[in-house]
Amino acid sequence: MTALQLTGLTVRHHGPRGPVAAVDGVSLEIPPGTTLGLVGESGSGKSSLARAIVGLTPVHGGRVLLDGREVRARTVGDRRRLGRLVQIVLQDPDTALDPRMTVRQTLGEAATAFHRLDRQARAERVTALLELVGLNPRFADRLPRQLSGGQRQRVAVARALAVEPGLLIADEITSALDVSVQASVLNTIRGLQRRLGLSMLFIGHNLPAVCYVSDAVAVMRHGRIVETAPTEALLRDPRHPYTRTLLASVPSLRTSLPDERPS
Amino acid sequence: MSLPHLLRNPWTAFLGRRTARLLLSLGVVLTASFAMIRLVPGDPVRAALGVDASPALVAARRHQLGLDAPFLSQYRHYLDGLVHGDLGSSLVTGTPVAELVRTRLPATLEIAGLAFLVTLAVALPCGLLAAVRTRDGRHPRSELAFTVVTAGLAGVPDFVLAAGLTALLAVGLQLLPVAGAAGAESFVLPVLALSLAPTAVLVRIVRVEALKVLSEDYMRTARSKRLSPTRRYLRHAAPNMATAALTVAGSLLPALIAGTVLVEKVFAWPGIGSALAQSVVTQDYPVVQAMVLILGTTVLLAGLLVDVLLALLDPRSAIRES
Amino acid sequence: MPLPTRYPRSPMAWVTAAMLASLVVLALAGPLLWGAAADRPDPSAVLQGPSAAHPFGTDSLGRDLLARVLTATRPSLLLALAATAIGAGTGILLGASTAVVGRRTRRLLAGLINLLLAFPALLVAMFLAVVFGAGAGGATLALAVAGVPGFARLAQTLAAAVAGTDHLASARVLGLRRHRLLWRHVLPNIAEPLLLSATTAAGTSLVALSGLSFLGLGVQPPGYDWGQLLNQGLDRIYAQPLPALAPGLAILYAALTFQLLGEVLAGGVARRGPAPRAPRQPVAPSGPAEDGLVLQVEGLSVELPTPDGVIRPVRGVGLSLRPGEIVGLVGESGSGKSLTALAIADLLPERALVSHRTLRLLGADLGAMTPAQREHHLATGLAMVFQNPATALNPSLRIATQLTETVRAHRGASRAQALAEASDALRRVALPPALLRARPLQLSGGQRQRVMIASGLMVRPGLIIADEPTTALDVTVQRQITRLLSEIRRDTSAAVLFISHDVALVGEFCERVLVMYAGTIVETLPADRLATGTRHPYTRALVESVPDLTADRDRPLPTVEGALPEPLAPAPGCPFEPRCPRRRDHCAEETPPLEDLDAVHRVACWYPVAAEVVAS
Repeated sequence: MTALQLTGLTVRHHGPRGPVAAVDGVSLEIPPGTTLGLVGESGSGKSSLARAIVGLTPVHGGRVLLDGREVRARTVGDRRRLGRLVQIVLQDPDTALDPRMTVRQTLGEAATAFHRLDRQARAERVTALLELVGLNPRFADRLPRQLSGGQRQRVAVARALAVEPGLLIADEITSALDVSVQASVLNTIRGLQRRLGLSMLFIGHNLPAVCYVSDAVAVMRHGRIVETAPTEALLRDPRHPYTRTLLASVPSLRTSLPDERPS
Repeated sequence: MSLPHLLRNPWTAFLGRRTARLLLSLGVVLTASFAMIRLVPGDPVRAALGVDASPALVAARRHQLGLDAPFLSQYRHYLDGLVHGDLGSSLVTGTPVAELVRTRLPATLEIAGLAFLVTLAVALPCGLLAAVRTRDGRHPRSELAFTVVTAGLAGVPDFVLAAGLTALLAVGLQLLPVAGAAGAESFVLPVLALSLAPTAVLVRIVRVEALKVLSEDYMRTARSKRLSPTRRYLRHAAPNMATAALTVAGSLLPALIAGTVLVEKVFAWPGIGSALAQSVVTQDYPVVQAMVLILGTTVLLAGLLVDVLLALLDPRSAIRES
Repeated sequence: MPLPTRYPRSPMAWVTAAMLASLVVLALAGPLLWGAAADRPDPSAVLQGPSAAHPFGTDSLGRDLLARVLTATRPSLLLALAATAIGAGTGILLGASTAVVGRRTRRLLAGLINLLLAFPALLVAMFLAVVFGAGAGGATLALAVAGVPGFARLAQTLAAAVAGTDHLASARVLGLRRHRLLWRHVLPNIAEPLLLSATTAAGTSLVALSGLSFLGLGVQPPGYDWGQLLNQGLDRIYAQPLPALAPGLAILYAALTFQLLGEVLAGGVARRGPAPRAPRQPVAPSGPAEDGLVLQVEGLSVELPTPDGVIRPVRGVGLSLRPGEIVGLVGESGSGKSLTALAIADLLPERALVSHRTLRLLGADLGAMTPAQREHHLATGLAMVFQNPATALNPSLRIATQLTETVRAHRGASRAQALAEASDALRRVALPPALLRARPLQLSGGQRQRVMIASGLMVRPGLIIADEPTTALDVTVQRQITRLLSEIRRDTSAAVLFISHDVALVGEFCERVLVMYAGTIVETLPADRLATGTRHPYTRALVESVPDLTADRDRPLPTVEGALPEPLAPAPGCPFEPRCPRRRDHCAEETPPLEDLDAVHRVACWYPVAAEVVAS
């Protein structure tokens, strides 16, 4: 269980006309054991934010604090310290796993990233991790191409959990999945929150999916956070006009009244 | 335009970067050609003058070449000479190397330039045609034939081809001149020998690029508009593959220029390449040095030319790169 | 040398294997068998032409040239392989390491590779061979060094692709050390293309090394390789071509062997039978026309040949649209919904086999038309809007060209007239006519999709098929596009077939919804029955698995367990049977037909879910 605090985080990318601030002075807080949802449209900077926290993108300003201590990702040593605390799961199920490694090798590598484990302990750990994400342990000897997209994403979640991080970042992990498969991944995430008491940053553009797994939701636009509120409050009483537009744009079968149409 | 504004202009940025890269590469060529004569094993002067030359003569020639001065001052002297068009003189004949370059560079540029144009003129349309014919698995036999033939042709070494062409067309059938540069027919064999392999390489790449373009969504859009095949391929596909094809073609140019060394030797073509080949054999290092410098610089300038042409043709990609 | 079984055993592969074997045998046995003859001078037979005793003639010392060429196989091959191995090894390590080092080192390495690549390898090799001193060792080393930048660049490009993958990012975040990233995650994933290019490079090295020897920079007498033999014989080319060319032929043979080997390994010469071509359908008149339909499709099937066999991704689909109607076609990936659209529009690749009982557009029977008539009818009656507006518009053509070309081609409109119509079409989709001069890249995603719609409107179509037109767009833009489509069908009475994976979106703005699963339509119903009135178990599960803003966060979302049926071996019976919670024995035996429940609702299920009692 780890608390995350961002203050004035800024990330710049090289654009055709000089540097562009993808993340523009963002301040956020995730209390230990809670899940913050981060929604925004494409180009809003939410992925840059996630990658900056785990050190995949350089930070150009502001601070990242984990349990009150500032983290950096300059050297391999920094990275290893950071990796024990935060892990990330990314969007693309096609490249989420090394195509030449079996699930067992992938999970075994992650489980032994920080401790040595003997053969027996490693096998047990792999089984436990697969069960944790709701996969049958017989998947351990499969290669990624023998798994479906949803199964691959769940293995990727298991890999991230193998080092027992205090904070898990999920960056659009259901965007490339069909809705029925998305549901099973969302259920897995809900289950993990209950069982492990993880802190989580759940990023997505699908507002209902993000709200389903989040205690609070932050809305991001053009690199800035325009509104943050507990999920129920945000849905009931959105303050920022952009949040209202977003909410109004979400198609829903149940909110549109059936008796408006002739049947 | 103010200076900061100018610096932010993508074109200025592109040209600035490209010029900086050229200067850096030129520096490498200069230093390498300068260092060469000092790095070769043994005493190059002794080697060139022969074992029976008197020590006094060798020392005098060393002094004349400036090889007895301190290293840095030699370098300064070398650069100074270059600025004034002085490339030293041949150890063997004593003629100034600059003179040699002046008489021989045009001949090399002519066959290299012609060979490059032939390569483009053949490979671009043929590659597009091959792609159209074999797109999504059509005519698999044509595709197999195309693959085998182009692989074979791409593997033909230019100097072996040059020798073979000489034997067949010049000596055997006596259709074309055997060697030397005299009249238009004398260009045929060297240009053919130089351009065959690059053409085979390029035609394959053009086909792959064209297949990529043909499978793009906008080609399906064009088909959904029921446009004629001619319009689809020439108006919709061709412009989108031009940049990629020309980039690859540009990258073949340096190798093509280097190939002139061997091909010129076979045809006794009066160019830089045959002078280099000759001077290597006679260990005439000032000539080798100058020819390496000239060929290296030619390659770099050709690269610059290609990049600028590409940037004019497709400003977006060039500027995105820089 | 037998080829690994995973490489196709085409005739070309066998030829290549034989050529390679001959080179290996010559390299091993050549010096033993002919070494002595090759070095035996014969002053009485100097510079002879081909004869029975000396098939390739003799050299200036009277040595047999055939023996010399055969014996030279070993040094020529060995030196080339050594140069390739050293050059490739160094280059690959250098290039691949760019994927795992820090930003600054990476930039430095990339700059270095760029700098070195500006010089052609042959020129660098010549320069280095001069510096290292003429001789076999110097030439090999020179060639190895000259080959480094090429391999480094290739490895760098390939490694950059791996570096961009999510699994490498995850491995970084796991804090794995650099050597582990390089050896475990980067190199294994780029080994195959590198091996391929090393094969081709071995041929190039052999040629280049021969070239150096040809210039007098390589192997020195009394040693010899093919290049040196060619050099020695070149002067004789005027008098005796064969003795002069024999070493050249050997170089050519070896170079071709390596080229072809590269092709075989890359699978470029796999045995190819004639393409599985769909037999051109006999012109079959469609079934009876129903009045007043824009589109009438019955029994539409698509067969696609794949390397593993023929699959049938669309199986007996029927649908019909009336003027001004907006119908949603919903399904998950692999359901066949996009292929259905492409089959109707006759846009499938040629190898696909499309069959149908009835296919009528605007009342005219597409099955009974000549190809030219069909093209014209489709061009003027149907407009397509595709999923990704960023790629569906041609990036190098102006909007004006892309809008006007259809009317100019199919209605013979003049340029001025077409431009005027294009301005109107842009206004119709709420874009300024000034955009006509723009290129697609200057537009936002939503604008591009509007341009696509405007382009479709140019022919005044009776039917617009929109294939996932909002999937690539942001949710706020999505609303604008669906609203635009609704307005257009209201104003022009064109029918719209709206294809989407998003059941909520379709339910919200379509009138009627068709649900596809595994190539068949399993349910058709009025959109307002989607929320609670679905009768097919799949449709119900699909609707319920979508979280909405009011979803109870403490209850798990319903999911559809299992996977789509194997397309190559479809089992008999209902395609949803293996995943269905309500399945019974009968479901696995017989495929349920799409049958009417009432006038507006049809379902393909033996045991439909009971209709919920909706309090309304």
